[in-house]
Amino acid sequence: MTSLWPRIEPLLAQVTKPARYIGGELGARRPMHAPGRVAWLLIYPDTYEIGLPNQGLQILYEILNERGDAVAERAYAPWTDMEAAMRAASVPLFSLESSLAAGEFDVLAFNLSAELTYTNVLNLVDLAGVPVRGADRDASHPLVVAGGHCAFNPEPLADFVDAFVLGDGEEAVGDLTEVIGAWGATGGESRGDLLRTLAMVPGVYVPSCYEPGYQGGRLTGVTPRAPGVPERVEKRTIADLGEWPYPKQQLVPLIEVVHDRLNVEVFRGCTRGCRFCQAGMITRPVRERPAAQVNEMVRDGLDRTGYDEVTLTSLSSADFSGIGDVVSTVINDPECSGQVSVSLPSLRVDAFTVGLAAEIQKVRRTGLTFAPEGGTWRMRQVINKLIREEDLYAAVDAAFSQGWRRVKLYFLIGLPTETDEDVLGITRLAGACAEIGRRYHHNVTVTASVGGFVPKAHTPFQWFGQNTMEELRRKVGLLKDAARGTRGLTLRWHDPEATAVEGLVSRGDRRMGAVIEHVWRHGGTFQEWSEYFDLGLWTNALDAAGLDFVDSVYRHRDEHEVLPWDHVSAGLHRDFLWQDFQEALAEHGLEDCRWTPCYDCGACTGLGVEHMVASAVPPAGGSQGTGQDLVSGGTVPVRFLETVGASMSLGSTRGRAR
Amino acid sequence: MKVRVRFTKVGRVRWTSHRDVARMWERALRRARMPVSYTAGFTPRPQLSFGLALPTGCESVAEYLDIALDEPVAPSELAPRVSPMLPEGVDVVAAAVLEPGTNSLQEDVSSCTWEIRVPRVGAGELEAAIGHALVADSLPIRRERKGRDVVDDLRPSVLALSCAGCDADGAHLVAELGTRPRGVRPSELAQALGVELGLARRTCQWIERDGSRWEPLRADPAGTAVIWERAS
Repeated sequence: MTSLWPRIEPLLAQVTKPARYIGGELGARRPMHAPGRVAWLLIYPDTYEIGLPNQGLQILYEILNERGDAVAERAYAPWTDMEAAMRAASVPLFSLESSLAAGEFDVLAFNLSAELTYTNVLNLVDLAGVPVRGADRDASHPLVVAGGHCAFNPEPLADFVDAFVLGDGEEAVGDLTEVIGAWGATGGESRGDLLRTLAMVPGVYVPSCYEPGYQGGRLTGVTPRAPGVPERVEKRTIADLGEWPYPKQQLVPLIEVVHDRLNVEVFRGCTRGCRFCQAGMITRPVRERPAAQVNEMVRDGLDRTGYDEVTLTSLSSADFSGIGDVVSTVINDPECSGQVSVSLPSLRVDAFTVGLAAEIQKVRRTGLTFAPEGGTWRMRQVINKLIREEDLYAAVDAAFSQGWRRVKLYFLIGLPTETDEDVLGITRLAGACAEIGRRYHHNVTVTASVGGFVPKAHTPFQWFGQNTMEELRRKVGLLKDAARGTRGLTLRWHDPEATAVEGLVSRGDRRMGAVIEHVWRHGGTFQEWSEYFDLGLWTNALDAAGLDFVDSVYRHRDEHEVLPWDHVSAGLHRDFLWQDFQEALAEHGLEDCRWTPCYDCGACTGLGVEHMVASAVPPAGGSQGTGQDLVSGGTVPVRFLETVGASMSLGSTRGRAR
Repeated sequence: MKVRVRFTKVGRVRWTSHRDVARMWERALRRARMPVSYTAGFTPRPQLSFGLALPTGCESVAEYLDIALDEPVAPSELAPRVSPMLPEGVDVVAAAVLEPGTNSLQEDVSSCTWEIRVPRVGAGELEAAIGHALVADSLPIRRERKGRDVVDDLRPSVLALSCAGCDADGAHLVAELGTRPRGVRPSELAQALGVELGLARRTCQWIERDGSRWEPLRADPAGTAVIWERAS
């Protein structure tokens, strides 16, 4: 194993942001490679600045390097100028720590956080000097592994990835290391043997062990090719987040990256039940970290890194039982002496949360962000984001009155049952927020950031036909017209073309692999970057594969249609999801099951784990499930199903007596 | 009180930018628990003032930084406390208390000495290029400014050039380049000389005062350097 650094350094003078390629972060390891140690290269398929902060990758990096039988290094997607320089100089993808060629590692492990990075995955495998298709690899090649949220529909990458890991990776990477190590110790000659053994590991999906069937252009199922391989792969779930206080040594980069601050995960999973949200569905149940451990991780982390900002991460951090305690501990710590700020991603929409934000952002009061997601109460009932207009106005009022001048609101368009009135509700709401702001300040900005909705696997909306790009464009047009005359309102929107392609890849079956490969072979990398996104490449690729947007993206699926991800499980019952979809269409909201009876979504019971929440009562002043009287939320009251006795059928166990 | 620090930037870390270096210092000072003064207001910032920017990719053994402190810290304490908190290749080599009223680095520094490797040429070839440059009336170079190509004359800023020998990889150029109205980059000098640019290292920054040259702070690992001590 030889360092490629002498060949890499001369390239750095030719490229932008050369420090992306030098490593040297605080917290970076220089692991000792040795026979008997499985060498992992953990790869984030986007730029260094986007990938470095990824906590999942950092957690696995530490866990693997703590093991006696593994070493882990990192790599990120080189920007196009560096890739060109590398290819011209025949320099392969290399690891940041030891500058080793990627092809020398035993495992290339990709983090899949966004579907539009898939062409980068292929590009990086190719840049590593490894055949992009799994079928073309032999025992001399590294194993290509992938995990992360997008792995919950693995099929579009099934031809390129040898094994997917579903769910939490903390324990699974150890199991994989042992299997790969044992295979290597016995000579490591048959790749097929290795793959078959991996397919038996819980949470691991080996696509080459499964055969997709089609009839009349439709998928009929993905079934095991060999005996002993599970028909359905269940995700991995760690029961107690407190046992995994990682990352212990968060990486501090030499250059500026996104989320450039200390991150401490306060809980994993979310049961708010927003129906569009894949993350909330696939990471259940809720597992909180003990508040004392959070405090310790914050204090140690700030000391060690020198950061002056900490983010308490989760899918809805204001819901953390210990939030008040943790926040006051940090800001009252004399060591921090008023120079450390705390931030919470995705604030809940209520005055309590704003009060909390006011307390923690004493230091740097920039902007506040809320995510009502829907423009009308009706729409928000459909998506189960049960924020009343009054809640939003009270929160925004609290924000402006306490000194903020910029408020950002996140919305989705293209949601099920959406009418133009719902769409225009977005500018109406945002405009009203700006008006509230003007009571306090001369100049206020309310930014409405509008994304096109992409239905995702393992959510109640997985059957929904995505809005066409033309329809999304029309809706953006409505908003642009409405926003034009509204003072203090700035409208931002996501490119409907990119939304359509995201939909294509999100719910595609194995045939989508050919489309991804076609786009990559025609130069389509960095598709999540607007300067490189190219719809034409995708349309050509669809034509070549005999597929189209209408059938793959825009079409409503019916209840019994086989979905490409039916053979992998996030623990959720399919009929729970269908039932929840029907309730959505009927405009019924659903409370958070952390503090209310179980709806039997399947996550806790099926996985044999439970919610781990420190507080038996919901946080003060919240929204759904937090003591709010939902009936007064709007003209259409939320209804709950009738209770029908103790032994209930699956559909009705979700009802709740009122 | 204010402390002036001299530090290095050598090795891989040379590929970071001037801004990156500023952020490294902010974090390192916090990790070392230095009582750095912060600005007042909504967005308090640590009061650090850096001298001339070092072009990304260049090394230096003569970078400077002035730090405002709320409480006195012995300059000799600074290097051992802060250097371990800085990335590999960035090390404090001297520190001293600044007299109140001392001009800022930006105001005072007027030239820098550079050692530049010129790959694939011999000493004779480099000496010839130097000879041409030194007798020329002007040394026009093309550079991009705000998206437009402009032509600059480098000659007034080229204060001294010499060849310091050569080895198998190429020749060694020593240059003193002016910093006013703007700092001349080694890459621009290479362009003007018509040679390739290898590794460039800033070895000194100079302040002109009363007809002689001074370093803002003499390199002295003991940390007892006296400012304005005559350096040459």
